[in-house]
Amino acid sequence: MIARRQLLGALAGAPLLAAAPAYRLQAEPVAAGLWVVRGADAPIAMANGGAIANISIIATDAGPVLIDAGASFAHGQALAALARRLTGKPVARVYLTHLHPDHSFGIGAFAPGIVAATPPVAAQVAGDAAGFSTGLYRLLGDWMRGTELPAPALVAGDGPVVIGGRRLRLLALSGHSPADLAVLDEASGTLITGDLVFHNRAPATPHADLPAWRRALDLLAGLGHQRLVPGHGPVDATPGTAIAQTRAWLDWLEPALKAAMEAGLTMVEAGDMPIPQRFAGLAVARLELQRSVSHYWPALEAARLPRVSD
Amino acid sequence: MLAARAAAGPLDGPLPGDPLNSPNLPVVLQLVLPEGARVRFDDRVKVSFPAIAENQRQFPVQVDARAVPGVRRIIIFADLNPIQKAVEFTPHAAEAFIAIRIKLDQRTPVRAAVEVADGSWLLAGGWIDAAGGGCSAPPVSRVKGDWSQALMQVRGRLWPSGDGGPARLALALRHPMDTGFVDNIPSYWLETLAVTAGGRRLAELALNASVAEDPSIMLMPHLREGESVAVAARDSGGLDVAVRVAGQSPIPPSREAP
Repeated sequence: MIARRQLLGALAGAPLLAAAPAYRLQAEPVAAGLWVVRGADAPIAMANGGAIANISIIATDAGPVLIDAGASFAHGQALAALARRLTGKPVARVYLTHLHPDHSFGIGAFAPGIVAATPPVAAQVAGDAAGFSTGLYRLLGDWMRGTELPAPALVAGDGPVVIGGRRLRLLALSGHSPADLAVLDEASGTLITGDLVFHNRAPATPHADLPAWRRALDLLAGLGHQRLVPGHGPVDATPGTAIAQTRAWLDWLEPALKAAMEAGLTMVEAGDMPIPQRFAGLAVARLELQRSVSHYWPALEAARLPRVSD
Repeated sequence: MLAARAAAGPLDGPLPGDPLNSPNLPVVLQLVLPEGARVRFDDRVKVSFPAIAENQRQFPVQVDARAVPGVRRIIIFADLNPIQKAVEFTPHAAEAFIAIRIKLDQRTPVRAAVEVADGSWLLAGGWIDAAGGGCSAPPVSRVKGDWSQALMQVRGRLWPSGDGGPARLALALRHPMDTGFVDNIPSYWLETLAVTAGGRRLAELALNASVAEDPSIMLMPHLREGESVAVAARDSGGLDVAVRVAGQSPIPPSREAP
């Protein structure tokens, strides 16, 4: 045994014995008893372990409430440890805003009995969500070790809930994805939106329903909150800046894609079209435009190119 | 100038000078180009595609070789696809320009080979990362079960030139484009497509099953004023379709975003 260990050490020193990659998370105070763990403002990549979404931690007398669970088992574990350090108590509840893996694939780090999701999201977890795993393992490798998707045992409905004396208003919406949950912390006036709102980052549309998304944004704009934690990007210290930004992008995107098709552009040209100067502050705008072209172009062809065969 | 099949050259390493340092380009060139083809890398051939492959079954690729005089043929291929060659395009009376969607089976170089007047070929392209399975997952229409109802339906639109330049022709055909790599589904694909006007040949395409399901194609044919185009296509099962596409509103002069 000793000889083997010596051999290993002599061969490679640290690399052979290196630990799995570790998430180094930092909580940013947002309001009294409310923190955000900011995601990297980048696509899911080996460099960030998939930790690209904002995760919120809300202190209550019963223990912290997490809004979203992280991208992997290890990410969920690191979030649980951080929440415990901040509040001195184990996590009491996890709400999933939606199914996208950067927000939800850490649920395996929590007992199913404390994880809550809307019925459509719970159905997706039980259904084809694991299909995302293959793609994530390809992108994230060992960061994904141990990632499983146990079904959430709690149902998140639309309306108020009180956890450890703290009142949260749950808003079951849709638009960014088939089911999106937003959470209003009434004590601090902080609205946590998941990916219904992006801030200083272009919105992503892989499973979006744009009319439903606009309706959700209209509703969120009228809640009377003071500040907003978006799904991606920095905290918005105002009630409406990030909502308006998200809305402006969606309002531009849809007619711009239709106009590109009307003008006889190719998909590649549409993805390279000029992005208006007013979106200059949005990270990954070109990337998200090209993704959106991919999401919408085939349907636009079917709807807008005249049928010429019988 | 390099010979794709240099007598003394190894076939299992990168081709010298390949800017993409592809592991098997010499072998791929044997498969996609005529025997003994002379090739060189040339930046005048612009191969454009998005920064990420959002959908590996439907990856848009555009080749613009208009800066190269005397283009005879354009071949689009992906080194690491199981069916490397996607399409061979002959622009009889059309610009050396084509946009099409292809499948990606994994991270791969995506390239164009452009044949010029002296019979040699110019190469250009780039790497694209992609999730696996673009060629080996069943087509959406097979899963939905509606492939036979829509088979060979054609959508099309012709934008006449406003200024005497080339027109633009968009074609979208319904076809499962079965690769033969999916259990119990034999290969079956749209094989040829020809565009003519007034009896003149404008463009001919020979397609393979690595073109994406429901092929979508943009060409830039040379038309006389007021002309419409005839499009004839045939699939590997011998099914024919012939349609006419008439010009509508011309290409808008400005392509600026609103």
